[in-house]
Order: sequence, then structure tokens, then C-alpha cells
Amino acid sequence: MMVYIFGGRVGVHMQLNWEFMIESLPLYGAAMWLTFKLAFWGILFSLLIGLVFSVILYYKVKVVSSVILAYVELSRNTPLLVQLFFLYYGLPKVGVHLSETACAIIGLTFLGGSYMTEAFRSGIEAVGRTQIESGLSIGLSKVQLARYVILPQAFAISIPSLGANVIFLLKETSIVGAIALMDLMNVAKDLIGMYYKTAESLLLLVLAYLVMVLPLSLVLSWVERKVRYAEFGD
Amino acid sequence: MQNSGIRVLFEGSNFERLLGGLLVTIEIAFISIIIGVVLGTIMGLLRTLNSRPLKAILRLYLEAFRIIPILVWLYVVHFGFSPLLGIDIDGEVTAILVFSLWGAAEIGDIVRGGLESLPRHQLESGKALGLGTRQLYRYILIPQAVRRMLPGAINLATRMVKTTSLVVLIGVIEVVKIGQQIIELGVIKAPTASFWVYGFIFILYFLVCYPLSRLSKRAERRWQN
Repeated sequence: MMVYIFGGRVGVHMQLNWEFMIESLPLYGAAMWLTFKLAFWGILFSLLIGLVFSVILYYKVKVVSSVILAYVELSRNTPLLVQLFFLYYGLPKVGVHLSETACAIIGLTFLGGSYMTEAFRSGIEAVGRTQIESGLSIGLSKVQLARYVILPQAFAISIPSLGANVIFLLKETSIVGAIALMDLMNVAKDLIGMYYKTAESLLLLVLAYLVMVLPLSLVLSWVERKVRYAEFGD
Repeated sequence: MQNSGIRVLFEGSNFERLLGGLLVTIEIAFISIIIGVVLGTIMGLLRTLNSRPLKAILRLYLEAFRIIPILVWLYVVHFGFSPLLGIDIDGEVTAILVFSLWGAAEIGDIVRGGLESLPRHQLESGKALGLGTRQLYRYILIPQAVRRMLPGAINLATRMVKTTSLVVLIGVIEVVKIGQQIIELGVIKAPTASFWVYGFIFILYFLVCYPLSRLSKRAERRWQN
């Protein structure tokens, strides 16, 4: 594509080397698998944290709620890169040694936990008061109310923002290369450095993310439409 | 041991240097937001017009930033464009370019959302008064839409400040890079420096972003209802 944009002399150099691209596919495949694993664990733990923390916040548990609110602000207002550097380079100096993978998962969870907490919380808050009062009036206990009335509705309401967070975290994994993990970014960077196949390496990099994120994004907008239908339809 | 680590922050001009580095990231974010707002407003307005191809192109442009991580775009410009054009593009310029384009895409979406969320009767009343398209935008739609857009725009600013931390990975000398220099210099004298330096940078970012996100929440409560 860039061949035509810049034309002229550049065009000659921009001939894509397909053989090189096919040969590097396994490297990208391995990096995608790593990204997928890190994102999977990071997202799973974030969801768990978000679910637990939002319920604690909903019941306004003393002290714990304040700690959670402080965590949410800290996590949401600092960059993942700095969080990762602190975990990876800072903590060993005070005796806490973590592997690169552990750092990446902990970092993603630290970041994602707060986003998921907010998503669940706004879902819970959006459940109508009449729902809760009706539940109470037919004699449901606090636990039953949460289990059968609040959480199912809250979950449906939060699906769009939960999905957006999943995509956000998947994209954020692009930063883990900064702590020496052989992710997509580093594969591309290495290939550029070693073979000077810049256009090919970058094209594969963009395609790799496209392959991972686009289907998710399409599924999400489909689910979103379904949820909206569930809300307003019969 | 740990005392010597924290002292590194205040040795020589280290403290000022770190703040100076933070300023570099803030500057990149600030310039990009300004450019992003200008371009984004135009794009947002274009997206409310009834032109299918225009809508499709601008939507595609937005999705490119929503689907591909910003770091990838930074790499594409940094590693791809410089050799392609045969010139050396400065890291900061690369960063401002990418962040401005990203900002324009997101602001464009915020502007479109703001305009489309306005009740139809506002538009129709304006038309009934005999206002032209330009007057309609100037006096009715834009003033009301701006209020609806402000929380989202401030929120984007916070995200952008956080994301500027990535520019260290394309060789810009900013707060994280200066932190690394300080750590490397003090590697023998203050071996625990990295704990304190990264901890300090963490707090610095928080101090910049927290007021912004508070502002965004307040604007949301005040104006979105």
C-alpha cells in the first residue's frame, strides 16, 4: 500500500518480500500465543477482582471499601508501563523477585482489576430500585437478592463495558515487551534490526493485532446489540 | 541501604531532571490534544453529514486506532516512515504525529456522539426559526454539544498523558528515560535506586492524572444530565 502513497524511488525498495514474511510467521505465531496467554490470565484475574471488589463496594464494607477506592484511583491514573517497571526493576531491590511472565500478569491484573471493578459497579448501580424493593418485599434474603436479582441484571448491563475492558487489556499487552518478554513488538523490532525487513515486519505486526482484536471487537458489538434488545425488547 | 536509595531522588539536580522529563511527556500530550481537538472537531462534524462514503472512511479511521494498539502505530512511524522517507524523524515528532491522529479519531467520535445525542427538536426548532446550516451549528448545536463532550474529552486527555509514557520505547528522553539514567549512574552507590525512582515516577503520573480524572467525573455529573 505504501508503495503507491510515496511512489517514485521509494517504490522500488518497498517490494514486499513474501518469502520472508512466510518464514517469519512462526515467530509471530509464538508471540501471539504469548500475548493470548498473558491476556487470558490478566483478564480472568481482573474479572474476578472486579466482581469481588464491586460487591464489597456495593455493600459499603467499612475500611475495605476505602482501600478498594484508593486502589481503583491509583490503578486508573498511572500508566501500565510504569507499573510494570516498578514490578520488574523496582521490587527486586526490596527482596521481591518475580519472573517476567508473573510481572506481566500481575501488572495487567493490577490495571484491569480497577477497570472491571468500575464496570461491574456501574452495572450494579444501574439495577432499578424497584427491582431491589420488589425482591425484598417477596422475602428474598440479602444473598438471594444479590444472586437472583441484582447480579444477573448488573452483569447484562455491564457487558458492553466489560467487553471494552477486555479489548483494552488485550491491547495493553503490547507493552509487556518493555520487560524483556518476547512479544509481538519485540519480534517485529528484532526482525527489523536483524534483517532490515521493515515494511514486512511492521505489516505482520499490524496484521497480528488485527487478527486478534478485530474478531473480538465484532463479537462485542454483536453482543452489545443483543443486550440492548434484551433491555428494551420483550 | 534503603535510605541511600531514596536519597538518590534528591541528589544533585535529579529531582528537577525527573520533573523536566515529566514535562516532556505532558508537552507531547498537550500539543497532541490541541491538534486532535482541531482535526477531531472537523471529523466529528463531517461524520454527522449525510455522506455514506465519508462516514465509512472516518469510521474506518477511528477503528484503526481502536483495534491496533498505539504502541504499534508508534513503531510503524518510528521504524517504518523514517527509512521510507529517507529522513530521520525525531522521536518527539513521531509521538506528536501519532498522538494527534489518535486524538483526532477519538475527539471526532466524541463530537459526533455529542451532536447526535442532542434532541431532534433543538435542530427542528432552529430550522423553524429559519436558521441556515451554518447558523444552526454555530448557535444551537455546538454550544450544547460542547457541554456533553467535555467529560469525554478530559477523559481522553488523561488517557493520553498515561499513554505518553510509551514514548520512551521509541527513544524519547522523558521521565522514565531520565529515571533509567539516574538508576544506571547510581548503580554502585545506591543499588536500591530503581525501587524509589520508579515508585516516584508512579506517584508523579498519579499526581498529574488524578486531578484530570476527578475533573472529568465532576463535569460528567454536572453536565451530562
